[in-house]
Amino acid sequence: MNREALVEGWQEYRRSPVAVAALALVVAIALLALLAPWIAPQDPYDQSALDLMDARLEPGSIGSGEYVHWLGTDNAGRDLLSAILYGLRLSLAIAVTAGIVALTVGTAIGLSAAYYGGWFGAVAMRVVDLQLSLPAILLALVLVAVLGQGVPQLMAALVAAQYAYFARTAFGAASAERRKDYVEAALSTPLSGARVLWRHLLPNTLPPLIVVVTVQIATAISLEATLSFLGLGLPVTRPSLGLLIANGFQFMLSGRYWISVYPGIALMVTVLAINLVGDQLRQVINPRRRR
Amino acid sequence: MTAFLLGRLAQAALVMLVMSVLVFLGVYAIGNPIDVLIDPAATQAMRAAIIRQYGLDLPLWQQYGHFLGNVLRGDFGNSFVFRIPVLPLILSRLPATLELTVLALLIAAAFGIPLGIWAGYRPEARSSRAIMALSTLGFSVPTFWIGLLLILFFTVELRWLPSGGRGPVGWLGLSIWTREGWTHLLLPALNLSLFKLGLLIRLVRAGTEEVMGSEHVRFARAQGLPERQVVGLHVLKNIGIPIVTIFGLEFGSTLAFAVVTETVFNWPGMGKLVIESITSLDRPVMVAYLILVVLLFVAINLFVELTYGLLDPRVRAR
Repeated sequence: MNREALVEGWQEYRRSPVAVAALALVVAIALLALLAPWIAPQDPYDQSALDLMDARLEPGSIGSGEYVHWLGTDNAGRDLLSAILYGLRLSLAIAVTAGIVALTVGTAIGLSAAYYGGWFGAVAMRVVDLQLSLPAILLALVLVAVLGQGVPQLMAALVAAQYAYFARTAFGAASAERRKDYVEAALSTPLSGARVLWRHLLPNTLPPLIVVVTVQIATAISLEATLSFLGLGLPVTRPSLGLLIANGFQFMLSGRYWISVYPGIALMVTVLAINLVGDQLRQVINPRRRR
Repeated sequence: MTAFLLGRLAQAALVMLVMSVLVFLGVYAIGNPIDVLIDPAATQAMRAAIIRQYGLDLPLWQQYGHFLGNVLRGDFGNSFVFRIPVLPLILSRLPATLELTVLALLIAAAFGIPLGIWAGYRPEARSSRAIMALSTLGFSVPTFWIGLLLILFFTVELRWLPSGGRGPVGWLGLSIWTREGWTHLLLPALNLSLFKLGLLIRLVRAGTEEVMGSEHVRFARAQGLPERQVVGLHVLKNIGIPIVTIFGLEFGSTLAFAVVTETVFNWPGMGKLVIESITSLDRPVMVAYLILVVLLFVAINLFVELTYGLLDPRVRAR
């Protein structure tokens, strides 16, 4: 992709003010997550700093730390704002890492299936299609059940549940490219097959993959939150957004809504903003809309 | 048609076989069921006897053979937790999950199809943009979170509906016969439907937009047919096939998603059972649930493809 195409893409992207706002929001959220250790009033993972006397304080009250808990505290006495920032950091880190690994694995499978074809391509894509017909939540559930809990297991489950989307997209795009003249031309030169794949097929299948990666990161965040909510995700000592919401759930019926609601809003806004960016990227990249 | 049918059936059987191998390897070979089954204080001889009794000393492929043989006879073994055969246990939870899923899909269809057609018919209208925003919201926001918001609003704030559980169960194991049953059913079903609603709106809109631009709609208009008939007859007929497909396929995934809704609303269905079985390492229940869900998926896919064959003869020829 050259500079000109990027500028043109941005011009197209800019046409929706909602999408621009969503992009700004995504950048802001990423910065907040990245800088969490420096901007959060408290380290929520430091068990010794937690005081049970501070548990379930209302938003805006001042606890034993003598600073304002703007969003209140949770049932372990954590400052909720800090817990949300750290939870966001954890959720984003897991989702982005899983998304990138799934992108790499899926693209490798899809591209080689399109390039080599034959029985390998047929079998690989058959497996991918079979997997796509099963909902991601089910696969993730099974894998977490089999592998156990923890960050690496959770990531493995997310990757296994998501690589198929990339494989399908890469296969579709690469199969269309494969038939074009420039690939034939590249193949007729003494360049190796791997080089043609890497230098010619891959760059031309990237745009649709970028859209899929955005959407899949949003899905991964919400999948991770769901698994954690169900008690199958991360350990309790390092709460991600899903776990914070689950912890607050039991206090919701007694009117202490904030423990669940604020992490939930953070989760909702994050996923929504990423999806809006993905939607607009799809519009920009969609070849039918290009003149 | 017979060859088409036989081919598809063979394919479905193959998929089931492969999935049963994967589930078996995944759940049985990883980790050791012996530790769950045997009291740690048992003697060596007792251990050996139980291992032989469950056939765990046999080579893996023979164990799989036994497993497959039993499964084909409908025997998934006994639940480690409930100490009763797994199949009746799961089937006893089926009506609760089914009524939830079916109602959720009906809600999604009742709102999703008209809204989607409108959004595709008038893509630039303000109302259409609002509908699309709703749709994006519907599948962006995680299901469990919407469930919590519903509880917060309808139970904690308004005190209209109960926060969870299931009403009295009547004929066929369903709870739809009483008013109280419905008050329990409404929130979970609404919760489960929202994701599908978002999806359905998008698909119907895309389909409508495409059909609206086609030759035969222009022809129908040129004929002087009233707009109502153009949309009602020509558009609806042409988006029918994709809607049938999506409905079929989404039925399975809604059933799987019910896992989340059932946990939020404490709904005693299959999904809640499987979550409990995962947390308590109740392997036979996990295996049986997975195999049944995959079987359901394969059956639905098969059914959808066959319906395709009936609706569109071109599919059969391929």
